[in-house]
Amino acid sequence: MRVMTDATFPVRIWRGGADGAFEQFDVPRRASQTVLDVVTHVQRHLDASLAYRYACRVGMCGSCAMTVNGKARWTCRTHVDAVATDGTLEIAPLSHLPIVRDLVVDMAPFFDKWAAAKGRFQPTATRNDDFAKVAPASAKRRAIDATIECIGCAVCYASCDVVEWKPDYLGPAALNRAWTLVNDVRDGAGVSRLRAVASEGGCQSCHTHQSCTRSCPKHLSPTGSIAGLKRAVAQAALKGTL
Amino acid sequence: MRYAAWRFVLQRGSAAVLALCVIVHLATIIYAVRHALSAEAIVARMHATAFWPSFYTLFVVAVAIHAPLGLRTIADEWLALRGRATDTVLALFALVLLGGGLYAVASLAG
Repeated sequence: MRVMTDATFPVRIWRGGADGAFEQFDVPRRASQTVLDVVTHVQRHLDASLAYRYACRVGMCGSCAMTVNGKARWTCRTHVDAVATDGTLEIAPLSHLPIVRDLVVDMAPFFDKWAAAKGRFQPTATRNDDFAKVAPASAKRRAIDATIECIGCAVCYASCDVVEWKPDYLGPAALNRAWTLVNDVRDGAGVSRLRAVASEGGCQSCHTHQSCTRSCPKHLSPTGSIAGLKRAVAQAALKGTL
Repeated sequence: MRYAAWRFVLQRGSAAVLALCVIVHLATIIYAVRHALSAEAIVARMHATAFWPSFYTLFVVAVAIHAPLGLRTIADEWLALRGRATDTVLALFALVLLGGGLYAVASLAG
């Protein structure tokens, strides 16, 4: 029989709603430990009432996004060693979204803005039409390829200053998705999507801080996509087609 | 709805004009100081050709577009002031800048 005494370290975790507070737990420090491991340990061994989200735990789904030591991150992909530089952790829910409880946020406003930016493909072909032929090396398809991998984790949204300052700003993820559809030659939304991203709170509200690009776990550049939207909107406005 | 797009185009356009105007303006200031031009000499040069009055009129118009639009964004993001009332105040400010600026140009070159 082995007596194990793990060294512990202090972890502050947000509890409650918007008017909640941080609660401290002492969590065993283990090798190669991720922040998700820490949260899971607290919920399983210290306080079963802790609410949090995760799914794949391997950095594919984006469900485990939280604010760790002030920065939005995927907790399953964040090693404690990399962020607990002073030996402590502070874990809070994602910023800029309503808190449901503890580390769980309401993602509805995030996806409502996605819809408001017309981030949805509008088909034009029918089953009677031939397949669309899109050259993979074409400029438009390459523009889509560079930004299509977004999985809607909201880390960029939580990191964006303009989202914080301007409640109706559509945000980096919604605009990034709209840009992929603007470049999709099969899509039929056309001008209505440009109008959606040119409205108050649209692409022109971006100040190019690039917090989104820096924080995106998939290394996308919503800033680049938004710059593309600004160009497309400006051109349409000057041509009178907006 | 599309006014946001137009505000963006005007802001970028006026910014490009201002970048040029500011450089020229700084150059003229440095020139005037280096050559110890008196106020009378400067006014005389403003009257000499149509170029300087035209240049400064363009400068004034660009400022009257650019400054209120910039303040609109600052009021929105930092003071949470947005909507019709804010836009009206800023539009009046644009007129003040335009009127005051054109008055200055006319005084020096008219």
